[in-house]
Amino acid sequence: MPTLRELTHREDRLAGGHRLCAGCGASIAVRQILLAAGEEPVVTGCATGCLEVSTTIYPYTSWKTPFIHNAFENSAATVSGVEAAFKGLKAAGKIPADKKVKFVAFGGDGGTYDIGLQSLSGAMERGHDMVYVCYDNGAYMNTGIQRSSGTPKGAWATTSEVGKAQAGKIQKRKDLTSIIAAHGIPYVAQASISHWKDLTTKAEKAFAVEGPAFLNVLATCPRGWRSPYNKSIEVAKLAVETGFWPTFEVENGIWSLSAPSVSAERRGRKPVTEFLQMQGRFKHLFKPENAELLAEIQTDVDDYLTYINGRCGG
Amino acid sequence: MTEKRTVAATGNVVVAEAFRQCAPDVVAAYPITPQTTIVEEFAKFVAQGRVHTEYVTVESEHSAMSACVGASAAGARVMTATASQGLALMWEELHIASGMRLPIVMANANRALSAPINIHCDHGDAMGARDAGWVMLFAESAQEAYDNTIISLKVAEDPQVLLPVLTCLDGFITTHSIERVDLLDDETVESFVGEYEPQNALLDLDNPVTHGAFAGLGGPFFEFKRAQRDAMDRSKAVIERESAAFSKITERPFGLIETFMMDDADVAIVIIGSASGNARHVARELRSEGVKAGVVKVRCFRPFPGAEIVSALRGVKAVAVLDRAESFGAQGGPLFLETRSAMYDAAERVPLVSYIYGLGGSDVRLELVREVYTDLSDIVAGGSVPDSLVYLGSR
Repeated sequence: MPTLRELTHREDRLAGGHRLCAGCGASIAVRQILLAAGEEPVVTGCATGCLEVSTTIYPYTSWKTPFIHNAFENSAATVSGVEAAFKGLKAAGKIPADKKVKFVAFGGDGGTYDIGLQSLSGAMERGHDMVYVCYDNGAYMNTGIQRSSGTPKGAWATTSEVGKAQAGKIQKRKDLTSIIAAHGIPYVAQASISHWKDLTTKAEKAFAVEGPAFLNVLATCPRGWRSPYNKSIEVAKLAVETGFWPTFEVENGIWSLSAPSVSAERRGRKPVTEFLQMQGRFKHLFKPENAELLAEIQTDVDDYLTYINGRCGG
Repeated sequence: MTEKRTVAATGNVVVAEAFRQCAPDVVAAYPITPQTTIVEEFAKFVAQGRVHTEYVTVESEHSAMSACVGASAAGARVMTATASQGLALMWEELHIASGMRLPIVMANANRALSAPINIHCDHGDAMGARDAGWVMLFAESAQEAYDNTIISLKVAEDPQVLLPVLTCLDGFITTHSIERVDLLDDETVESFVGEYEPQNALLDLDNPVTHGAFAGLGGPFFEFKRAQRDAMDRSKAVIERESAAFSKITERPFGLIETFMMDDADVAIVIIGSASGNARHVARELRSEGVKAGVVKVRCFRPFPGAEIVSALRGVKAVAVLDRAESFGAQGGPLFLETRSAMYDAAERVPLVSYIYGLGGSDVRLELVREVYTDLSDIVAGGSVPDSLVYLGSR
């Protein structure tokens, strides 16, 4: 695994000067993941969304890698096509047989949990040698903070409003990472931008395997979470420490809880309210009338960790 | 020396054969009736090791075209096939493929769109995609389906064009009927289509490029569209040039339109696809009865050969435009709208009637075609022109 010093000497493949917000977790995730790709060339794809729209404003581009944006729901299918072209051109003798290239597709939670789930499932099942990264900020942020199936229960979003009759999103977040793990692909992991070592290690493993790999990365959105711009890492860290976002990996079918979560569990799981109270999207939960809902959210977190720990054999 | 093989085969089988001979680097496809036998035949070529193609068996047509877009942008030669609902599911990607100027060739087995569900032929699927920025060729026969596929690739990959091409054949009628087809040998096809030289390929790793950039408010979106229009306009001469070159090899004529007994025709049918033969058959019969009947078959729908049609219809006294597709609420079927618009430039004003026929595979019997010519003869004799479109043979 590369040291921090080694990572800092690698070329940043996402140039500065893009138009993402200050404190945006997406670019942090992308930079850490691409740093972990090592020296080999990487071809990058991206679903429609903040990341794409803010980094490719014609005639500028922030991408130092070859890059393709196609549409919203199909970054997995698109990159699977690029990877297929690589194989086809090798078979045609137009690319040397020993040439190595890495392929990575990025999508937000809207483009992955929801509209792109079929495309992702298909690409994973077909076994393309590619990494898919979901940067999960828990809503359709690019269109203005609408709920997705990745939005946590109780969160305010512009299509899961807060009022007398409703206290934010009614449903639980879908466990996408487990769904992709069920595809039986070589490598699946959940990570957070707050734990760079864990994330870069996982990204390195994802790039190293032959065949498909999937990373679900918690990526703060200060705008949508209503969290301070300078606290993006802190809030993501609390997501891990409270067990809201357990870090784990599934390597060739073997589940294991990752160091950040192992350490959080050992020290004692923090109450989920510590994560929630840093964000304006949850502020209604702290009103007396929502006490029951708040307790339910804590139960959901505990239940999910019990499930993950069970999968991890703990 | 070109060797020709004569086979008895269905349209789909010879389209698959054309795919094999064109040697695509990637085929990403999803099965749908009546296209399936194309992808099944191609799967055999893959299993037999007869192609180097990376065959991506995607989970939907949307992903089929998405993967084709990725593969084409990567620098691969890409071909695929679909039909009906599949083409409709690709709608978003059709526009992206043309907007990104990717020379993908797609065969479309023309089939009606739901609802009600129906698996048989009409052109509603392809006509729904007529504004998607694809060059569109239509085949009358299995032979034309084979020829069109090869010409399509050459046109798509021409540096003056770089547009995707939809090459259509009529569902079941052409896709599944066994016809006599002359095939070229592999070397002749290989040398005709040549090597594809991609521009700005993603896999040109030393020169990284960004595909699919944002050209929003204040950006050059408008100019990109203009460039697409210019490429489509240029494609006409390229189709003519390449089809002439292809005709030289095959000794089969190929025109943007094909005329039958039009030199002195009083009444004419303008038509697309497999029913063209029915129109020719009836026109020939009518000629023996003293009626000066003719047929204009449209083989290339995009770019639309308006000037050629106007020229072919010069001197005609009444015209029927037969559409195997609806454009609900419009003033006629899609081919009628184009034809009547083109005919505004004609020196003389000619009555044109829009006929809708054969939707969902309903039969185009010879007596129905004869009915059309009878209507036209009545108009020529001073009868009135129908003030709305005619549903030909509707019960």
